[in-house]
Amino acid sequence: MSMQMNTMPTDTSASTAGVAFQAMPSHAVKPKVKIENLNFYYGQTKALKNINLALGERQVTAFIGPSGCGKSTLLRILNRIYELYPNQRAEGQVMLDGQNILDPKVDRNQLRAKIGMVFQKPTPFPMTIYENIAFGIRLYENLSRSDMDDRVEKALRGAALWTEVKDKLQASGQSLSGGQQQRLCIARSVAVRPEVILFDEPCSALDPISTAKVEELIDELKEHYTIAIVTHNMQQAARVSQKTAFMYLGELVELDDTKKIFTSPSDKRTQDYITGRFG
Amino acid sequence: MAQHTVSSFDTELKELDHRIAEMGGLVEKMMSDATTSMQRRDMSLARIIIDLDPKVDAMQREIEENAILTIARRQPMAVDLRDIIAAIRTASDLERIGDLSKNIAKRVIAMDSGLALPQAINGLVHMSELVLAQLKSVLDAYTGRNADLALAVWNRDGDIDALYTSLFREVLTYMMEDPRNIGFSTHLLFSAKNIERIGDHATNIAETVYFMVTGTTLPADRPKGSSAAETSVDAA
Repeated sequence: MSMQMNTMPTDTSASTAGVAFQAMPSHAVKPKVKIENLNFYYGQTKALKNINLALGERQVTAFIGPSGCGKSTLLRILNRIYELYPNQRAEGQVMLDGQNILDPKVDRNQLRAKIGMVFQKPTPFPMTIYENIAFGIRLYENLSRSDMDDRVEKALRGAALWTEVKDKLQASGQSLSGGQQQRLCIARSVAVRPEVILFDEPCSALDPISTAKVEELIDELKEHYTIAIVTHNMQQAARVSQKTAFMYLGELVELDDTKKIFTSPSDKRTQDYITGRFG
Repeated sequence: MAQHTVSSFDTELKELDHRIAEMGGLVEKMMSDATTSMQRRDMSLARIIIDLDPKVDAMQREIEENAILTIARRQPMAVDLRDIIAAIRTASDLERIGDLSKNIAKRVIAMDSGLALPQAINGLVHMSELVLAQLKSVLDAYTGRNADLALAVWNRDGDIDALYTSLFREVLTYMMEDPRNIGFSTHLLFSAKNIERIGDHATNIAETVYFMVTGTTLPADRPKGSSAAETSVDAA
């Protein structure tokens, strides 16, 4: 037969070997973030149940699952945003380059410089486009005016926004369109030179063209950063990620190569979810 | 399997299945009739088969159009995606089987004036029965989503290849014995080749069914009954 899918029967043994650490394929993608025995509680409610997984370095890992399955919660743990809220606590370990970032001794601000986050709704600061980028950099570095200009330009180019805003850097960040605002937020994350970028449904408030631009950007960003993205758009997960994790009721059901998840997932629950047979 | 939340998606997939079954039934009949027309030297039956071919072509087009529409509309994933791809592939194999059957029918008409070789025809009929059984099984495997049955079909194709090789030798002997046999024998040989090709399409469908059900593909090299070098030259 001339047209064959690129899935050989020999691949199946690996995918049925259980969920833990499948994010590390045999062919040398180094794990950047390793989540080990992670449990999370909102007060008395256990929102995450013993999660074990790894995010491969310079890979995009997508998290899919129905609302309330814990995927956003998981993302919020990775940069310890949950600590802003009372009665929320995490147990277990999240290792970033061998260091447990849940350890209270790890400086939160340093951590957030390493792990950037982009939210569902664009959240530009009420400042100029230039200041939106420069503000974050100033928290960590003391740069000369010209160095700062360079960094701002680099960040905006990195977020594929430069050509659209280079003539109006002093305009308010909030004057941009929704898609541009979201890319501004991505530029803001990139500006502080993080190692990991978390995207929490970054395109759910954007039109298809802006969505395409952000997806294109994510594809470029993975050359330099480790990326985790939560999305309700399954086609988006299929398009942008190399690994996909399916979560359900606070558990990690399946984590495997994206092409495997969307053509022949191992777990029936994954299959039911991605084919629209849920509930 | 559970129903889709969007029930019209289920309707579309069922409709595709239904059309494949319908098309499969039709080409099965064309092939069986082609052999009968050869056996009985029945020209009118041969003409009926030839006239059916446009219908088969139209069915394939419809299946393809519906499949493409469903992909565009539903963005199918996993088992649904495999189902739809399988329908497209199977429809194209069935269309080829229709073509090959039509070609046999055309040869029946062309053979009209030649000498008959009853023994060779019997060999061809026997081969055709085997292939027909393969085709029936694989269409059952498709409808019943039965990977084991598909695998069995896939493994049996070697028998047909072997039978073809022996028929080839036999007809060659007739041609050497008496040059007047050559015209008839050549048509017979092409018909046998067509039947052997139909067997290959049945194995293609078997591979498709296996992929559709399991999500994995069968190895590229399937078992061969005998060296094909004597009877044909590889296209590759």
